[in-house]
Amino acid sequence: MTEPVLSVRDLHVEFASRRGTLRAIDGVSFDIAKGEVLGVVGESGAGKSVTGLSVIGLIDPPGRIAGGEIHLAGLRIDNLPPEEMRRIRGKRIGMIFQDPLTSLNPLYRVGDQIVETIRTHLNLSETAARRRAIDLLAEVGIPAPEKRIDGYPHEFSGGMRQRVVIALAICAEPELIIADEPTTALDVSVQAQIISLIKRLGRDHGTAVMLVTHDMGVIAETSDRVAVMYAGRIAEIGPVQDVVKNPLHPYAKGLMGAIPTLAGEDKRLVQIPGSMPRLSAIPRGCSFNPRCAFAFDRCRVERPEPLPRGAQSVACHLYDNLPAESAA
Amino acid sequence: MLAFTLRRAVQAIGVMFAVGIIAFSMFRFAGDPVNQIVSIDTSAAERAIVRKSLGLDDPVPVQFVRYFADAAQFKFGVSYQFRQPVSALLSERMPATLELAICATVFAMVFGILMGVYSALKRDTVLAKLFQAISLIGISLPTFLIGILLIYLFAVTLGWLPSFGRGEVVKLGWWTTGLLTLSGLKALIMPSITLGLFQMTLIMRLVRAEMLEVLRTDYIRFARARGLTTRAIHFGHALKNTLIPVITVAGLQFGSVIAFSIITETVFQWPGMGLLFVQAVQNVDIPIMAAYLLMVSLIFVTINLVVDILYTVVDPRLRSTVGRAA
Repeated sequence: MTEPVLSVRDLHVEFASRRGTLRAIDGVSFDIAKGEVLGVVGESGAGKSVTGLSVIGLIDPPGRIAGGEIHLAGLRIDNLPPEEMRRIRGKRIGMIFQDPLTSLNPLYRVGDQIVETIRTHLNLSETAARRRAIDLLAEVGIPAPEKRIDGYPHEFSGGMRQRVVIALAICAEPELIIADEPTTALDVSVQAQIISLIKRLGRDHGTAVMLVTHDMGVIAETSDRVAVMYAGRIAEIGPVQDVVKNPLHPYAKGLMGAIPTLAGEDKRLVQIPGSMPRLSAIPRGCSFNPRCAFAFDRCRVERPEPLPRGAQSVACHLYDNLPAESAA
Repeated sequence: MLAFTLRRAVQAIGVMFAVGIIAFSMFRFAGDPVNQIVSIDTSAAERAIVRKSLGLDDPVPVQFVRYFADAAQFKFGVSYQFRQPVSALLSERMPATLELAICATVFAMVFGILMGVYSALKRDTVLAKLFQAISLIGISLPTFLIGILLIYLFAVTLGWLPSFGRGEVVKLGWWTTGLLTLSGLKALIMPSITLGLFQMTLIMRLVRAEMLEVLRTDYIRFARARGLTTRAIHFGHALKNTLIPVITVAGLQFGSVIAFSIITETVFQWPGMGLLFVQAVQNVDIPIMAAYLLMVSLIFVTINLVVDILYTVVDPRLRSTVGRAA
């Protein structure tokens, strides 16, 4: 296997607050290979977005990366000086945010914003950059791009704006795209288009994609692998079919059980009791133990470390020294 | 766009008409103007002649139409105290006031925006905190006190700057300017600061607050994620979005600067419209007061109109909604 595009090792992110330091990310590790789509799923506040922001170096004070390493194609990027990190942002890592309605500066034409980004990263003339911008708009599926390029953001619909945002994210051919809930703010019908667009772009350009979402359907449709996050840690990570069909971690099981299916209409959806702990009150041991139906004594004192389990990796004591049937 | 401008212009004319009624009614309610003109021992017959010559015996609507028609041509009658046409008096004084107001506004805008941007971007530096402290002083001290303090310091104690007047002025056609002579420039400094200080602090606080607000928006975060330079983000993306409310406030404040330069002009004995107005009030010189009222409201209305149009230039969103509505 070649070197992964993105490699995150034991990442810790902390936020200093009045009530002490909050651990938003607590020892997260994962890789994304070239052309691979990694879905990151979890409840709000699980640390999905913060993971994405730390990769691109946009964790603002009072937050900081407190430990671990982030490598982009072998280059360590978590401790680069701000100016060097800026050069990587947009050029080697593109980012797509949740809300396309507010991601674009309302006072500038979309073309100007694309040209500005292109010229920041690539040594192109104004006209060449503009030609490239038109090509990009065509590639992300905006009709009549040579006309639309002079439009202002408010003249585009939500889905079209997200396409512009995607064009902006890929305008310098990045190796990695971080998409932070790219479809949450969109219509369901538009969601599918955007998802297939991201998928196609990843395939065509061999771009690695980190897709942050809380929508399991989106993950199942798009991702090659999926990481399930809970309270700042990865509960389970593995190939998408395995995790969806045969989740190991009790939390992942709960998540998959909460997806409605067309077949079993009369069945009640499984609900995970309770809610995710606040960052200031993460329980000792496994952070999921108060909500877990299988929790035993060890879960309340010792934090589980990720254990390889076939192609999957799961952080749960149930799989430590125990045969698989006890978890089934 | 044209329809929008026209609609606003019609509204502006409506406002001016209303102000005209108020200005006209000043003549009716502030005593008999004839008494102001003639002396105590003038006979009733002579009073009647004066009254007739001024058209004061005509029915009120006739007088109003006549006043309005004259005002539309910038004829505001004759000043009681100076025995000169009011329009001549005003146009003679106007350059002084406008020059002072423009200098004060430029001073307020330049320093206000610079200090505001700085204190937003470098929030925790000593200098930013100093700016905040200065702005507090500027907002809380009354204008006349600042003027008097400046005079005491720079004119009386240090003797660097003149304490009153405009200095030497140069005539450019009907306009007189103090910008071309050294003494004129020196004379402008203190009144401009006095008049503009409040505006400056207002703009500074506004720019700071708006800038902090804008820096938190998604499009700024996205601009950073695109790897734009800090410079481009701060001064290209953030500042332009900050300037929309600043234009409104600065524009509307320009009207107040002109209207309320009365105090500054009095403190510095600045030979502008404000000083003329104060003298007119003391002498119940109603034609001047009425004309001043009309002039100031004309300036206000014009500025409002210009600000509305400027908005659409800066903000494309307004342009299209305006276009759609039209």
